[in-house]
Amino acid sequence: MRAFVVAVFAFLYLPIALVVLFSFNAGHHASELTGFSVQWYGKALSNPFLVEALKNSLFIATTSALLAALCGTAAALGLQRVGARTRAVFDALLGAAIVVPGVVIGISTLVALVQLFGVLNPFLAELWPNDKPPRLALGYGSIIAAHGLFSMALVAMIVGTRLGSLDRNLVEASSDLYATPLTTFRSIVLPQIMPAVIAGFLLAFTFSFDDFIVAFFVAGAQTTLPIYVFASIRRGVTPEINAIATIVLVASVLLVVLAQWQLRRRKH
Amino acid sequence: MSVGPEAAFSMRGNLLRKNLLTALLLAPATLWLVVFLVLPFVAIAIFSVGERAPEGGYQAAFTLAQYANLPARATAFWNTMVLAPVGALACLLVAYPVAYYLALKAPERWRLILLALVVIPFWTSLLMRTYAWMYVLGGRGIPALLALVGIEDVRLINTPGAVLLGIVYGYLPLMILPIYVSLERLDRRLLEASADLGATPLSTFLGVTLRLSLPGVMTGFSLVMILLLGEYLIPTLLGGGKVFFIGNALVDLFLQSRNWPFGSAIAITLVLVSVVVLIAANRISTRLSGARRVDLI
Repeated sequence: MRAFVVAVFAFLYLPIALVVLFSFNAGHHASELTGFSVQWYGKALSNPFLVEALKNSLFIATTSALLAALCGTAAALGLQRVGARTRAVFDALLGAAIVVPGVVIGISTLVALVQLFGVLNPFLAELWPNDKPPRLALGYGSIIAAHGLFSMALVAMIVGTRLGSLDRNLVEASSDLYATPLTTFRSIVLPQIMPAVIAGFLLAFTFSFDDFIVAFFVAGAQTTLPIYVFASIRRGVTPEINAIATIVLVASVLLVVLAQWQLRRRKH
Repeated sequence: MSVGPEAAFSMRGNLLRKNLLTALLLAPATLWLVVFLVLPFVAIAIFSVGERAPEGGYQAAFTLAQYANLPARATAFWNTMVLAPVGALACLLVAYPVAYYLALKAPERWRLILLALVVIPFWTSLLMRTYAWMYVLGGRGIPALLALVGIEDVRLINTPGAVLLGIVYGYLPLMILPIYVSLERLDRRLLEASADLGATPLSTFLGVTLRLSLPGVMTGFSLVMILLLGEYLIPTLLGGGKVFFIGNALVDLFLQSRNWPFGSAIAITLVLVSVVVLIAANRISTRLSGARRVDLI
């Protein structure tokens, strides 16, 4: 059984290792392993389209993860204060936001937003004082909102789990000692849920930064890094893509390890 | 002692303030869920009974014609309905021994590290990980190596086998985690009791271990299966347009041929199938193990 487990871990990591290895290859192809070089990283980072896509992805991931961390934490706190029935409705919706495949989230958001903009844009044009009314369109906003849906549900779930295991005695002791609810929250509850909030933020960032399929539908004229990479892959495999893939993989691994560490920090 | 009118008033004030706070805490999430989950779902439900406008897009109507037209995409449905369960099953067969080892056999100090090594791929870009296999299976990967030892013209990429491999690779972590969780909670005294009562290791495994880990197995199986029903990247990159999934049909209908009502009907069907899978998985695990299902996170 040990041999089998070792083989599975090799299966999980060898292909990634090969991508990383060949991103440092001086030659064009795997067949010409001619030496160490970082030229493909230089090439990738001097490609203006790629840099633009990378900046977009960083902006979208940061914004949607921040919004998700705030709203998800608020929701988790709010759900502690409602009855079982309301809670069940929220849990079902949050669960659906996580489980429904990205393709369905993508197309349904696309359909709904296009219809909504179709109604709102003439209305805005009517109300706007001059000739240049703003036009609502797909772009940063729609990607942030669609990513935020999954992320917010994720944060609410992670923080909710942590709140469930919170030591109630501490909260009661705090209010017995005449602390105001705000003080109790700041000095007892917040420090205990903070690792979960940070972990949720990091996982939300990772999800948004890596997501292809949802953004593919709702990006409009914008390009994110995964959309750019997908388009390049379809044109053919190049060492340049290996270099981008390596950067993305290393970044996600760091974020996930950080998130795991945050989640385990106060557990034991 | 009776409560005076002033005290009663302040109690009511407190209650109001409490409810207001709860509402404020839940408002952003509610808005988000309604505008970006419930409304979009209602929108595609309405579109799915509509008609396609001549220039593409949507024309209001009430007809089941889009649903009647589903067989037009029979190949995509067939491929998905075969490869999703087969892929989930293949994932399960690889995942179970790994989860079993992690939960019951791994040395204590290795367990957390190994578990992290399972979680990390789950949170790294599926696009990049699928690209890795394109690289390995493509013309300059394994086939080139085989050509060096004299085996020519091996075709690995753009085959159903490549798609299946990509599926197992992509979703293995998602299968391992819930099974691990249910095995870890297993009361080890039950295993000892079973052995003390003269059961063979095999019948202990079948009667106790496997049975009690079934909720985890069903959670993993149904999650992987549902996500596979909507999969697009793996069949596109490793199937090369030859192995079409429902996901490919949806991308085509929404972004290329712009037949939104028909695409909506397919999406609604997909969601309904997912719901059936979830309910069936839940039923099976409740009936066979007598336990409630385990949560993933």
